[in-house]
Amino acid sequence: MAKKRAQLVLEDGLSFEGTAFGAEGEVFAEIVFNTSMTGYQEILTDPSYKGQMVVMTYPLIGNYGINDEDEESPRPQVSALIIKEGASLASNWRKKESLENYLERFNIIGLEDVDTRALVLHIREKGAMRAGLSTETLDPDVLLEKTLQSPSMVGQDLVRHVTPDAPYQFQPKLARLPTDDRRIYKIVAYDFGIKRNILNLVSAEGFDITVVPATTTAREVEDIRPAAVILSNGPGDPEALDYVIREVRRFLGKFPIFGICLGHQILGLALGGKTYKLKFGHRGANHPVIDVETKKVEITAQNHGFCVDPDSLDSSKVQITHWNLNDQTVEGLCHKELPAFSVQYHPEASPGPHDSRYLFARFRKMVEEHCGRA
Amino acid sequence: MPKRTDIRKILIIGSGPIVIGQACEFDYSGTQGCKALLEDGYEVVLVNSNPATIMTDPEFGHRTYVEPLTPEVLEAIIEKEKPKALLPTLGGQTGLNLAIELHRRGVLDRFNVELIGAKVHAIEKSEDRLIFKRTMAEIGIPVPKSVIATTLNDAQQLVRDIGFPCVIRPSFTLGGTGGGIAYNIEELVEIATRGLTLSPISEIMIEQSVIGWKEYELEVMRDHAENFVVICSIENVDAMGVHTGDSITVAPIQTLTDKEYQDMRDDAKRIINAIGVETGGANIQFAVHPRTGERVVIEMNPRVSRSSALASKATGFPIAKIAAKLAVGYRLDELPNDITKKTPACFEPTIDYCVVKIPRFTFEKFPGSDPTLGTQMKSVGETMSIGRTFKEALQKGLRSLEIGRYGLGADGKDKFNRERLIRRLNTPHPERIFYVKYALYEGLSIDEIANLTGIDPWFIENIREIIEVENQVKTSSFLVGCLDKLDQPESAAPQPGEQEEREFCAKLLRKAKQNGFSDRQIAHLTHTTEAQVCRLRKHLGIRPVFKAVDTCAGEFLAQTPYFYSAYDQTNESHPSDKKKIIILGGGPNRIGQGIEFDYCCVQAVIALKKDGYETIMINSNPETVSTDYDTADKLYFEPLTTEDVLHIIENEQPFGVIVQFGGQTPLNLAKFLEAAGVNILGTSPESIDLAEDRKRFGALLAQLGIPQAPNSAGYTYEEIEGIAHSIGYPLMVRPSYVLGGRAMEIVYDDAQLRVFMKEAGEVSPEHPILIDKFLDEAIEMDVDALADGNRVVICAIMEHIEQAGIHSGDSACVIPPRSLSPEILQTIRQYTEALGRGLNVRGLMNIQYAVKDGKVYVLEVNPRASRTVPYVSKSIGIPIARLAARIMVGKTLEELGFTEEPRIPFYTVKEAVLPFAKFPGCDIILGPEMRSTGEVMGIDPNYGLAFAKSQSAANSALPLEGGIFISLHDQDKPRFLPIAKRLHALGFRLYATRGTLEFLQSHGIQTQIVYKIAEGRPNVVDLMINNEIQMVINTPLDKDSKADQKAIRSNAIARNITLLTTIAAARAAVEGIESLRTTKPTLKALQDYHHELDIARKKCVK
Repeated sequence: MAKKRAQLVLEDGLSFEGTAFGAEGEVFAEIVFNTSMTGYQEILTDPSYKGQMVVMTYPLIGNYGINDEDEESPRPQVSALIIKEGASLASNWRKKESLENYLERFNIIGLEDVDTRALVLHIREKGAMRAGLSTETLDPDVLLEKTLQSPSMVGQDLVRHVTPDAPYQFQPKLARLPTDDRRIYKIVAYDFGIKRNILNLVSAEGFDITVVPATTTAREVEDIRPAAVILSNGPGDPEALDYVIREVRRFLGKFPIFGICLGHQILGLALGGKTYKLKFGHRGANHPVIDVETKKVEITAQNHGFCVDPDSLDSSKVQITHWNLNDQTVEGLCHKELPAFSVQYHPEASPGPHDSRYLFARFRKMVEEHCGRA
Repeated sequence: MPKRTDIRKILIIGSGPIVIGQACEFDYSGTQGCKALLEDGYEVVLVNSNPATIMTDPEFGHRTYVEPLTPEVLEAIIEKEKPKALLPTLGGQTGLNLAIELHRRGVLDRFNVELIGAKVHAIEKSEDRLIFKRTMAEIGIPVPKSVIATTLNDAQQLVRDIGFPCVIRPSFTLGGTGGGIAYNIEELVEIATRGLTLSPISEIMIEQSVIGWKEYELEVMRDHAENFVVICSIENVDAMGVHTGDSITVAPIQTLTDKEYQDMRDDAKRIINAIGVETGGANIQFAVHPRTGERVVIEMNPRVSRSSALASKATGFPIAKIAAKLAVGYRLDELPNDITKKTPACFEPTIDYCVVKIPRFTFEKFPGSDPTLGTQMKSVGETMSIGRTFKEALQKGLRSLEIGRYGLGADGKDKFNRERLIRRLNTPHPERIFYVKYALYEGLSIDEIANLTGIDPWFIENIREIIEVENQVKTSSFLVGCLDKLDQPESAAPQPGEQEEREFCAKLLRKAKQNGFSDRQIAHLTHTTEAQVCRLRKHLGIRPVFKAVDTCAGEFLAQTPYFYSAYDQTNESHPSDKKKIIILGGGPNRIGQGIEFDYCCVQAVIALKKDGYETIMINSNPETVSTDYDTADKLYFEPLTTEDVLHIIENEQPFGVIVQFGGQTPLNLAKFLEAAGVNILGTSPESIDLAEDRKRFGALLAQLGIPQAPNSAGYTYEEIEGIAHSIGYPLMVRPSYVLGGRAMEIVYDDAQLRVFMKEAGEVSPEHPILIDKFLDEAIEMDVDALADGNRVVICAIMEHIEQAGIHSGDSACVIPPRSLSPEILQTIRQYTEALGRGLNVRGLMNIQYAVKDGKVYVLEVNPRASRTVPYVSKSIGIPIARLAARIMVGKTLEELGFTEEPRIPFYTVKEAVLPFAKFPGCDIILGPEMRSTGEVMGIDPNYGLAFAKSQSAANSALPLEGGIFISLHDQDKPRFLPIAKRLHALGFRLYATRGTLEFLQSHGIQTQIVYKIAEGRPNVVDLMINNEIQMVINTPLDKDSKADQKAIRSNAIARNITLLTTIAAARAAVEGIESLRTTKPTLKALQDYHHELDIARKKCVK
C-alpha cells in the first residue's frame, strides 16, 4: 500500500485515480487502447506508439516479465502504460527483468488499479484523445487544464522523434543459412520508427538493408542504387510528412516499394490519395483482413490511428488488395502497373499472429521480377 | 461459398448418457448444432439415448430418436431416414467412434451418407496415436517419445526404451479411461492390463512422461477455405500429469510471451491442416518445459469438446454453432459474430478478464476409491468463474463449487493437516489448491511449492497475494471498529480521524472484494457475521458492477447481454423496464444434480420468454445450455451463493425469482432470498421447508392421514438401539447433517448398526441419527405432478424396477407402471393430490412412494422439479417444466389445458448409468446413496424391448445367448427360481457357486459349478476373462463373501459384462431377452410417438 497514487485525466474531463506502477512523473499524450492479450514488451518498444499512452485491455500485465529478445526497438517508446493489475512476480524461463523495473529504468509512468474496461469503452465511444497522467498533479481539474494545453496528434510530425539521424547498415542477429543460396539484394528501408522484426524478416528473405532517416531524399536513395525500397511503420499523422511523400513520388516506379502501416499511408498519399483519422484506431492482434485476390482471411496485428480513404484513390491506377472485415477500411493496396504495394497492418506481427508473413516473400518476388526485367 | 444446397437432411449423433469425461457439454454443443442447422432450413435427424438432454426436445430436430447409440440402431435409422450427411463432431468421442464404425461397416457408403465436419481420414489421423505421431513427425512438430503395445508382454519389453515414469494411454477410450502413470514395472503391468482390456482395439501407448511440464490448450476453428482462428487459449494451473478435465485451468494463457504463444499458434495451424480437419472446431494440447521452453504436442481432437464448451463460455464465441455452419459450407467470414452482430465470426476473440475453471469431484460417494488425480478423468462437473483478476476468479470459482467453501479458505472450513502437507503438494489431489495456501502459511517459498507441485510460480504468487489481503483484513482493527460503529447512532459531528478511518476501511474492504473475498470470508476473518459485513459494505458504497463478455475486449459494442460481476467502477448491465424473471441454475454437475436440472431451467426460460417476460439466467456451470448466451434474454455467469445472487437481484429488480428448477442449489438459497425481500415464484419457501423438515412433514402426513414408514431420530447410541428395536429391523439410517442420500445405509441387525454408528462418527444433540423403517422388498414409485394452488394433476407415475432401498436416481423405472393394481394406483393419485394441496404447491412436485403388502407409504416429497422431469416430458409428449414455469407466473392448469393425467400406449424405461469403471477399488453395489452420473431411455410398445433398449443404451446390452453367472442372497433364492427357469429355457448356460448351485439343482435347473476365488481355479473370474460369461446376476450376500463379490462385480464392470444386482432387474432382463428373441424393436421418432399421443388426446376430448 506504499505505492504512490496517480491521476489520469482525459481531455473531455473524465478522470481516473489509480496507483503508480513504474516511474513517477507527469506526461501528456494521446490515449489509445490495445486489445492484444500478450506482447506488452513488443508494444512498449514499438516506435509507432511515440506520443501515445497505451491502455492494455487485458487486465493482467507483466506476468512473464521482460526478456532480452522481444523488443522492437532498444527502449520503451510509449508515453505511459495503463493497466488493471501489474504482476508482482514475473514467471517465464526467458525473463530477465520485471515489467515494473523496466518501466522505472526507462522512466516510463505506469498506472494500475483503474477500471481499464470503463476507460476503453469511453475511448471507443468518444474516440482517441489527449490525456494527462501524473503522480504529481493529483487534482484532476489542474491536470485537465494542463492536458488541454498539450498538442494534439493531428498534423503532428512524430516521426522526427524516432527516425535515426544517419543511415546505417542493418546487422541481422541470425546469420543466413548456408543452404540459402538465393541472390542477396541490396535495399533501402526508410525508418519512420521501424520495428526490428520487419528488418529481421526482410533480411531473412535475402536482403541487405540500408536503413535511412525519414529525411532522406530520392536522390540520396538513388545514389545507394537499391533493388527496392521499404517504407516502414511509424507514429503520428501521415499528412504531416509532406517531405517524405514528395520524395517517394520521385522514386515511385523506379524501385519496387513495399509499405507497411505508416509506410502504407505514405504510399497512398504519394499515389494521390488522402488519409483520415479513425475514431479510436486499430490496435490489437485479432483483426481479420481479407485478401481480395485469394479471398483468404488473415488474422493480423494492427497499430494505426490513420487510414487511407479508398474513394480518394484513382481506381484506374490503384487497386485495393486488402480490406478489414470488421469495419471495411482499406488494409492494403497496390499500383496496377508500377511495382509498389503496401499493407496497413503488420505482416511482421510481433506481437500478433504470423498469418501475413507471406507478404515478405511476395515482396521478394516483386523485387526479383523487377530486377529480371531491368 | 454460402451454405450447401445439395444436402437437405443431416444426421446428428449425440453423446448419450452423462458419464465422467463426457457430460452435458455435448448437450450444449448438440443443441447449438441443431439450432444452427434448423435456422438454415436443414432437416435434422437426431439420435441420442439420453432423455435428459435439451437437444432431444422434439422442437430441436425434425426427427428425434431416443434410441441406443449402437452401430446397428444407427444403421437402421440411416436406412429409414436416408440422410444425405452425417455430422459426427458434436457428439463427443461417442459420436466420432460411431461415425468411424459406420464407415468401417460400409453403412455410410451403402446409403450414400457424406461425413461432414470431419472426414474419416482426419478422425483416424488424430485418434490413432501412432498415425498422429507419424503425421507430426512428417511436419516436424515434436511429440513425446512413445511406443505402442498390443500385449502385456510387448508393454513390458518396450517400456525399456521409454523409461519411468511413463504414461499409459489406451487407444480409443473416453476421457483417458484406463490410462495412468507408472513409476515402476509393477504399476506398468497393472495399468497396461487394464488399458488393454478397455481399449476397443486392445492397444495402448506407452509414452515418455512429460509430467510437471506446463500444459496448454488451444481451441481452434477452421473453414473449408483454410481460414484458421484460435478461439481461446487455456493454461492449466495443474501441470502435465493431471487430466485436463481434472485440472484447474485459466483462460487466456498467463505465463507465455507473445513469441511463445504465436509459435504455438503456428504449430496448431499446421497440425489442423496436416490432420486434414476440413471444417469445424478442434482442440490441441501442448506441453512446455518450464525451464527450457521446449514444446511438444500431446494430442488433438477434431471435434467440439468440454474445452470448447469452456472456450465458448469464456469468450462468447459459439464454437459448436459455428462448427455446424462451417460443416454445411459457410466460410468463417460469411458468418456474423453473434455478440457484436456487426463484425464477422472470422476473428480471434480477445478477452479483458480472467477465466478460471475448477473441476468438481465426488470421491465421498465412492468409498475405497483413490482420490489421487492422474491421466484418467475423475471429476463429475466443473464451474467457471470470471473476474478482473486471477485472484478474484479463483475465489469465485471455489465458492461456486458448492463444496461448502466460500473462497480459497479463510472461511472457517480449513482442515489443514500438517503431516499431509508435502504429500498433498507433490501428489495431485482435489484439495491441493488449498494446500498451496497452507504451504505458504507454513513458510514454504514460492519456488519450493512450485517444485513440489509443478504449479507455475505466477499462480502461487497470486495465492500469496490473497493471503496478504487476508492478513490485512484480519489484523485491521479499523474494520472491526467500523463494524461496531454501524450499530451506534450517527453522531452529528464526526470525531476527528473518523473520516480517515472510514476511508481506510472502505479501501481495504474494496480491495478484499477485488481479490474475490466473499462476505462470508471477511466475516470469518473479522469475527463478525456475513450480514454485518454486507451492511458495512453497502454503507460504505461498495457494491459490484457488472461487466460484459463481448469477444472483443470492448472494441465493439456488444449486443448480447452476457455479464459477470467485478468490484470496478462502471456498471454495464443496465436493467430494462420489462417485467423480469430470474431463473437460478444448478451450478456444477455432481452426482444427484446434473443435466436434468439444466433441462428444466432452459424449459422455463423458453416458456417465460414466449409469455413476454424478460428472462435472466444465473449459473456457474460452463457445460450447460442454460449458460448459452442466447438461451435467456440476459445471462449472468456467477456463483450461486446468496451474496452473489442478491447483487444481481439488486441490479435487476426482477418481478420474481424461480428457485424450483435448478435442483437443490437454488432451493437452498430460497429462504435467504425471501428473507431479503425477494419474490420467490411458485411454491413458497415455507412449503419447501415444510416438506424438508422431518417433524413438520410428519405432522402434515398424520394430518392428511397418509402413512409413512415408522421413523425417529436418536441422539445417543443407547437411544438409537432402543428405537431400532421398537421399530424393528431392517432400518434405513443416516446422519442428519448430510443430505441427498449421503452416508445413508440399510442395516439388518445390531451388529451392522454398530458398524454404521462407528463410521458415522459424531452423534450429538445437533447431529442426531435419523432412523426409518426400511420397507424391505417394497416396490418404489416416483410421481411427478403439477399443481396450481387449486388443482393437482399427475404427469406420470413411474414404477422402479429395482426394489425400494436403492436410490431413485440409480434405479431403473418404467412408465406406465406395470405391476400395481388399479386400487393402489388410485391411492397414489389420492395421496398425490392431498400432498399437492397440503403443501400448497405451485409448479412441479415429485413424490416417492413405496408399496409393500398392498399398502402405500410416502417416502419423501420434493416440491420442486425433479430429476425425472425431462424423462417424463419425453415420455408423455408434454413439456411439463414449461407448464410449471407458466403456473408460477399465475397461469392455471386449466388455462394451460393440462387437467388430466396422460396415458401412453407404449413403454419408456429409464436406466441409470454408473461410473464405477472410473473408481477402481470402490465396491459396485447399488444402495440408498446415489452414484449414477447419467441416464438413458428405452422406448417401445413392448415392455421387454423398452427395457432391453435401455440396457443396450446404458452400455450393458442384454446377451441373447451364452453363460450367466448367478450368485444370490439366500432370501432372494425363491424369488429367483422362475427367472432361472426362463433363462434355462432360453438356452443359457447357468453357472453358480456351491450354495446357489445346490438350490437351483434341487429345483431341477441344470447348473454348472464354478469355484469362488478362494476355492481354487478356474474360478469365476477366470471364466469371465475367458469370455464364457455374458451376464452376472449377483444380489448382495452376507458379509463373509463380500470380498469375493467385490472382485466379481469389479471384473464384470472392467470387462463390460452385463451386471444385475437385484432380482427385479433380473426379471426385467429375462423379459427383455425373451422379447428380443421374438419381436422386432420399433424404431420411431419421438415426434411420431408424440403426434400419436396428440391425436389420441384430441379424440378423447371429442
